[in-house]
Amino acid sequence: MNALLATVRRDILLALRRKSEVLTAVFFFVIVTSLFPLGIGPEPALLKKIAPGILWVAALLATLLGLPRLFAADHVDGTLEQMALSPSPLGLLVAGKILAHWLLCGLPLVLLAPVLGLQFDLDASALGILTLALLLGTPLLSLIGAIGAALTLGVRGGGVLLALLVLPLYIPALIFGAGAVEAHIAGLDIGGHLSLLAAMLVLAAFFAPWATTAALRVALE
Amino acid sequence: MLKVSGLACSRGERRLFTDVGFSLETGEWLHVQGSNGAGKTSLMRLLVGLSPADAGEINWRGEPTPSLEFRRDLIYLGHHAAVKEDLTPLENLRLAAALDGIAVDERAALAALIRLGLRGREDLPVRVLSAGQKRRVLLARLLTRPAVLWVLDEAFNALDVGAVQLLGELIAEHLAAGGMAILTSHQPLPVPGGKALVL
Repeated sequence: MNALLATVRRDILLALRRKSEVLTAVFFFVIVTSLFPLGIGPEPALLKKIAPGILWVAALLATLLGLPRLFAADHVDGTLEQMALSPSPLGLLVAGKILAHWLLCGLPLVLLAPVLGLQFDLDASALGILTLALLLGTPLLSLIGAIGAALTLGVRGGGVLLALLVLPLYIPALIFGAGAVEAHIAGLDIGGHLSLLAAMLVLAAFFAPWATTAALRVALE
Repeated sequence: MLKVSGLACSRGERRLFTDVGFSLETGEWLHVQGSNGAGKTSLMRLLVGLSPADAGEINWRGEPTPSLEFRRDLIYLGHHAAVKEDLTPLENLRLAAALDGIAVDERAALAALIRLGLRGREDLPVRVLSAGQKRRVLLARLLTRPAVLWVLDEAFNALDVGAVQLLGELIAEHLAAGGMAILTSHQPLPVPGGKALVL
């Protein structure tokens, strides 16, 4: 467990020394979600209707932006090799890296979403549901994305391949995440959407570090 | 302690080596020799368990590797710098130990860096250090991480005369304390004794 926390601390320290990499994803999220209201114009009814989808797709793409770097730097400088040979289980270290990725690339999106949602004329309760759905959904995006990042590690043009590999896997999260907010706006029950999102998160938290570890071992051979 | 037999490795269509075998006991070291491309690095990666062998067995303390015990007893330093350019030598050393589940206090880490001749460089980002100094930061891990088997691949590269001598002393001390080492190098090594394995 200490090794997991050490990995989180290390990755956050590294990100703080190189802030631009983290800020890119956050600014991307802010800019993309702000472009839509500006482009569409002042039509509250339409904006309200498209808000959940826009915010979720932007969150998907912002997460994707940080993914290629998740293991690439450690792979190039050889620290990934040292992790694989460490007495600490590689799965634990990988889980730490995924957690750090979420704290750096996912959590800021969750915190910004209510502010950005205001541009779409969402009311307070809808903003709350949006934040809750993103809170459940963004860790899921990091977990699934880590598998893709590990599978495309060291592949030339891996970034594009990563997007093609990971985006289809994000579809369930997108459907239930955006669906929860849409259902709430339409006055329907949202329990089902959030439960499914939470169930997927639990499943991914259990299997994704393991699958990522297996993919990393193949990449290191 | 370490017993290797019938090891074979191929890269693509090319057979690098077949039937490599040796054994090491405490206090012994092995010098792996061979021309460029003979498969020294492949052999090292195979020994530590980074890549699978085509055939053969590696036993550590009577158990087939990779085992948790083996990884606990092993330290492998390869071609890569394996240090983070944005962190200082001190942070690098302590975080690397923390990832291995070992707590190294600042004083111990500092002592290791000073022994490696990095006094006054401990708080600079590794980015600004020279290639040889980066290598020394990595080598400081030999002092902070307790391990029985040292596997050092071309560890003497980029080091100046003084550092080569120092690393030789570190290895000799390690062997005298009951350790083992496997080294590759093209130069004659400043470590007495040792078995030779030519690929």
